[in-house]
Amino acid sequence: MKVGLDVGSTTIKCVVLDDADHILYSTYERHFSHILEKSEELLRRVAKQYAPEARLAISGSAGMGMAESVQVPFVQEVYATRVAAGRLAPGTDCIIELGGEDAKILFLTNGVEVRMNGSCAGGTGAFIDQMATLLKMTADEMDAAAQTAEKTYTIASRCGVFAKSDIQPLINQGAKAADIAASIYQAVVNQTIAGLAQGRPIHGKVLYLGGPLTFSRCLRESFDRTLGVQGVRPENSLLFVALGAAYFADQEFDLKEVADRLQSHGASETYRSHPPLFANQEEYEEFRARHAKATVPRVPFTANYDGPVHIGIDSGSTTVKLAVIDQDARLLFTDYQPNLGNPVPLIRDVLQKLYDEHPKLHVASVTTTGYGEDLAKNAFHTDYGVVETVAHFTAAKYFLPDVDFIIDIGGQDMKCFKIEQGAISDIFLNEACSSGCGSFLQTFAQALGRDIKDFAKLGLFAKRPVDLGSRCTVFMNSSVKQAQKDGATLDNISAGLSISVVKNAIYKVIRAASPEELGRKIVVQGGTFYNEAVLRAFEKEMGVEVIRPDIAGLMGAYGAALYGKGKAGADHVSTLLDREALRSFSQETRSEVCGRCGNNCQLTINTFSDGATFISGNRCDRPITGQADTGERNLYEYKRKLIQGYKPVPGKRGKIGIPLVLNMWELLPFWHAFFTKLGFAVYHSPFSSRSLYIQGQGTIPSDTVCFPAKLAHGHIQFLSKLGLDAIFYPCMSYNIDEGLGDNHYNCPVVAYYPEVIAGNCPEVHEGGTPFIYDYVGLHRPKDFAKKIYEILRRTFPDLTREEVREAADAGYAEYASHMAQIRAEGERIIQQARAEGRRIIVLAGRPYHVDPEINHGIDTLITQFGAAVVTEDSVSNRVEKFPTTVLNQWTYHSRLYAAAKYCCSQPDMDLVQLVSFGCGVDAITTDETREILHNGGKLYTQLKIDEITNLGAVRIRLRSLFAALDEQKEA
Amino acid sequence: MNMDYTNYPKFTPEMKKTHKILIPNMAPVQFRILAAVMRKAGYQCELLDNCGSQVCELGLKYVHNDTCYPALLVIGQFLDALNSGKYDLDHTALIITQTGGGCRASNYIHLLRKALVKAGYPQVPVVSLNFSGLEKDSGFPITLTLVRMMLAAVFYGDMLVSLRAQTEPYETVHGAAEAKQEKWLDTICGWILEDRGYSHREMRTAMREMAADFATIPVRRVPKVKVGVVGEIYVKHSPLGNNDLEKFLLSQDCEVNIPGLMGMVQYSTYNMSETARLYGGTALEKVGSGVALKYFEQTENAMISALQDNGFHAPLPFKELTKLADGIIGHGNKMGEGWLLTAEMVELVRSGYENIVCAQPFGCLPNHICGKGMINRIRELYPQANITPIDYDPGATRVNQENRIKLMLAVARERLAEKTAAEKKPAPEPAPRLRKDTAARKEALA
Repeated sequence: MKVGLDVGSTTIKCVVLDDADHILYSTYERHFSHILEKSEELLRRVAKQYAPEARLAISGSAGMGMAESVQVPFVQEVYATRVAAGRLAPGTDCIIELGGEDAKILFLTNGVEVRMNGSCAGGTGAFIDQMATLLKMTADEMDAAAQTAEKTYTIASRCGVFAKSDIQPLINQGAKAADIAASIYQAVVNQTIAGLAQGRPIHGKVLYLGGPLTFSRCLRESFDRTLGVQGVRPENSLLFVALGAAYFADQEFDLKEVADRLQSHGASETYRSHPPLFANQEEYEEFRARHAKATVPRVPFTANYDGPVHIGIDSGSTTVKLAVIDQDARLLFTDYQPNLGNPVPLIRDVLQKLYDEHPKLHVASVTTTGYGEDLAKNAFHTDYGVVETVAHFTAAKYFLPDVDFIIDIGGQDMKCFKIEQGAISDIFLNEACSSGCGSFLQTFAQALGRDIKDFAKLGLFAKRPVDLGSRCTVFMNSSVKQAQKDGATLDNISAGLSISVVKNAIYKVIRAASPEELGRKIVVQGGTFYNEAVLRAFEKEMGVEVIRPDIAGLMGAYGAALYGKGKAGADHVSTLLDREALRSFSQETRSEVCGRCGNNCQLTINTFSDGATFISGNRCDRPITGQADTGERNLYEYKRKLIQGYKPVPGKRGKIGIPLVLNMWELLPFWHAFFTKLGFAVYHSPFSSRSLYIQGQGTIPSDTVCFPAKLAHGHIQFLSKLGLDAIFYPCMSYNIDEGLGDNHYNCPVVAYYPEVIAGNCPEVHEGGTPFIYDYVGLHRPKDFAKKIYEILRRTFPDLTREEVREAADAGYAEYASHMAQIRAEGERIIQQARAEGRRIIVLAGRPYHVDPEINHGIDTLITQFGAAVVTEDSVSNRVEKFPTTVLNQWTYHSRLYAAAKYCCSQPDMDLVQLVSFGCGVDAITTDETREILHNGGKLYTQLKIDEITNLGAVRIRLRSLFAALDEQKEA
Repeated sequence: MNMDYTNYPKFTPEMKKTHKILIPNMAPVQFRILAAVMRKAGYQCELLDNCGSQVCELGLKYVHNDTCYPALLVIGQFLDALNSGKYDLDHTALIITQTGGGCRASNYIHLLRKALVKAGYPQVPVVSLNFSGLEKDSGFPITLTLVRMMLAAVFYGDMLVSLRAQTEPYETVHGAAEAKQEKWLDTICGWILEDRGYSHREMRTAMREMAADFATIPVRRVPKVKVGVVGEIYVKHSPLGNNDLEKFLLSQDCEVNIPGLMGMVQYSTYNMSETARLYGGTALEKVGSGVALKYFEQTENAMISALQDNGFHAPLPFKELTKLADGIIGHGNKMGEGWLLTAEMVELVRSGYENIVCAQPFGCLPNHICGKGMINRIRELYPQANITPIDYDPGATRVNQENRIKLMLAVARERLAEKTAAEKKPAPEPAPRLRKDTAARKEALA
């Protein structure tokens, strides 16, 4: 008899085979992370029912350490799959297997290859579960819903957390659950193909294995459609790994004895731990008593209440909160509920209730805040909208007038701000990659089969909280698994998770070196701080006693109400829909593609009963005003216009293509003039788009490289179809020396990405378009002409040295004039903004951040707020080289430091830095830029961007910046 | 908080007498000899061996979290040492290497200085070990003798690593290879302190003795999975950085080949002239590297023949290694490990170590190109290549990493079994292995 045990990340599978390899018994169950106990139980069951002794092997991502610790042979799970497929489905070309947390593709014919997702990937079962939770559906319901979908949205497929922040706004904007569900499956498909196929085509007989692909028809269909195949879900598609392990098993074990060993291993507790949160019960009591003091006075809200009231509505990412206060800021009423995807009907119901239960109600003001601020404001005609950071600050001041640091950990977001001289001086928001906040704890509690409240309480008196590090959700999952294998109990895991949320906030989001630098007068808020374990962990880590208001989860709503109270007098009458209008209120949502320009934004259009509409998903005002943005105070737009001006001029020598990627955004003028002069028609690829990216994503070898680099693959594919004589994209270690730094390098990715193209894109391999990607240096003009002559002559032997020299001169002249034009236009925009009294934002990034697919329209967004936008390179030449505390060795980054320095001397100019996710160089530049700005008394704002398309967080950040600047100005 | 990072303390010549220099531990074997070299040069120094979770935590606390893992670890290791109370903080200095290349690594020293100020050790000077003329006021004065000794340290170290790696998996008495390595390390460090053992002639003799001595260890040469390790230099060599990768592979019954540090020295040297050749420069710049490389070559040859004559596999001479990048990646790719990493993968594949772990810090910029970016091309040219890229960072768990490595090993074992079956007679002695290697070498040379 043979036994195969497959311990996956979320489920455990076991098969028992007789000597003829027939399945005697099989099981597939969730283990809720009780890995050791479940395995032990299963083995005892098998031993009892079938045979005490059997040949045994263990497989699965969670089975590895376990197998070793009990000295049972381990079979790597992908390998096990292959063994099983070889027996059960001969002739298979390719296997796609999705598990709880792993995704795998196995190519079986024409060179066996196995691919597994790297450490940063989420498009798997756990991801689908998470998304289903977000949609308030079970996995089955989500599959059923997706089958009725009419359309799909673009959802970032790179990692669960990213996708979440794409989906949340869709939910908040009222997109249909069926469409979102289908989009989630499509995202999983894209993630699997982009992450694992890496250019290798999938065709022939395809096998679908693992939980998600077994249970979801829609997911299989999405794969079929995308790959153009008819995949098969074989019998026992859940058990292939376990079967493979069983086939492989060749060592006889006493199963009971193995079970005993598992049991004793479970008791050994070998993981790394923190000190307990509370040493004893007294400490806990003292802690509770202290926090019970931070309260807001409440007054009864009687049926005939007729005084003026101010209402604050905080429509957050996962919850809707509402607070009603009187003229003395006392609480009359509060409401807190999950938003179930669409906040509008919930808000309507609560308002309706207020009207119904209080016939004499005098609403003086209504203020909305949070993610759904605009939607709620438009739907109910409220008086004010306030950015959530300001709402929270307003509320915190009520509890601690001289507060100097506020941290708010909500369901999805983490917001921290420092207060200096009564104004917000610094804002930290969690970037898309580290939002392991409240909803993470919740999802985890659910995964472990516990209610969040009980789960948190468990941790309070844990003796040895697990040390889980301070990284993002996906990583934390595997740390937890590891800890469990090492025998950590649930209470210790609970405490460990709470501690890691806190560490994540302090060291990852805020990046504080020492707690002292954050401030000593701290207000903590957000629903997550109701969790006493998190609160305690935060105090311990910070070494200071903090204030947690009793309305920690309602601070946004309370702050909004206070804000409204400050703006409106007692006798003010709110513009809120009256009783009648509210009763007949209705909302309809539909979505459509804008189509007014090439961006093709996916619009969600809400229509309300009074005929008013609210549009979201737009990048510019065009769908609302009907007019195109002129871009007259946007230097990014001007740069794009300049680039578009470079058209091919027919020439005697043929056609050359240049991909408009990375440094080519700046060097196109140079190469265009250079090659035109040599008699080539110079074609460049268009601005990036989603579809251009998707077309190229199959050949990206490194899934963690920055998005601007990944885009290059689509550009190359585009060019390869134009029938060009060659594509020119040179490697460049060095950039042009502008004299601002200690050296003038390009970053490694910009410098050498052409090598990746050459190595991975079939379009430029043998038989494709010739690809010229030699090493070229523009920083030595004299040598350049000689070197490029030698390079080009290999492809175009008729070129002469003299011609090339002249072309080089033309190139340098065009580049100089291009940069001069940008600087002149920058000056014009600055002058115009000053004449009109506008703020000037230096949107500092790299030349390629001008690409609309990379910046996601952030430049336009800023101009919509009324400010003018200039680029870092339009002002960087206005300062002399100055010392920096880091090695200033990259040309683009030297400009960044110089632009920051220049801002410090201009009262109406502020810098916002664009940072591409995965940019290692920016780990260094961001801190330096922050320091330069702080030393000059300026605020520092950083926007992290990726293929993610959600501008919600960006908007908050920018609005907070503008609010803080306004406050500073008033102060 | 107002912090001044610009007026950092310099390492003055007087401090040679008064300060103890702490050395981060990147490559344990090579660095032990290098520490002896520094001691011989009159510096008081100590090679750090502290590890554990607090090292990484301190790094996370005082360095930008998106900075590469090696920076976090090196800085964390320093801070952990300074926190330990073992050192007189007013008489302690730190040393760190600085490449001056286009990768983030050139900024480590600045990150370290910032971290020192933040952590409350503003008085601790940092010495820059570099060969590019950076940090003149805190640099480490390099004399010719010192250079020769350092080169000897790297050569000896590389060779000891290689000898142990080729013996340990097959030894019949557990621990024999390790003991031998230990013995030779002590011997060599002793020589250095006595100012000998680093001339070419002495090295040639010593290398022969070393190889011959290792060849006396009783072994049973059975076919084993042979794994090569390439990657970002710190993560490749440092057990702290790669979660004890070498030990793990040994526990999986593999023979491990970690190409030495000397390649990096030669590669950096080579690049200076290559840069001038590619973009223009003086005649001296264009040929300078060649002269130095020629000088290294003598010792390199001595090492290679010492290894081969005693039945061991020897790495290709650097000159040949250079050619292996041809047609795959340009020699202008000089940031981080650049073309060297790609060439090392090819060399490993061609010499029988076709199973490769390509190790890098999560988000390592140069490795997107020269590591992960080149794997497809290498597979096209060498279908037997079985390469798995592994990312290391504070959040990546060992389980995930080891699982991926195990997948690579499962495929490797299957192929090994096929190969052994095909050869029918199981390869009895080390001799056939050597013949195969020599054949591959000849092919490479041709």
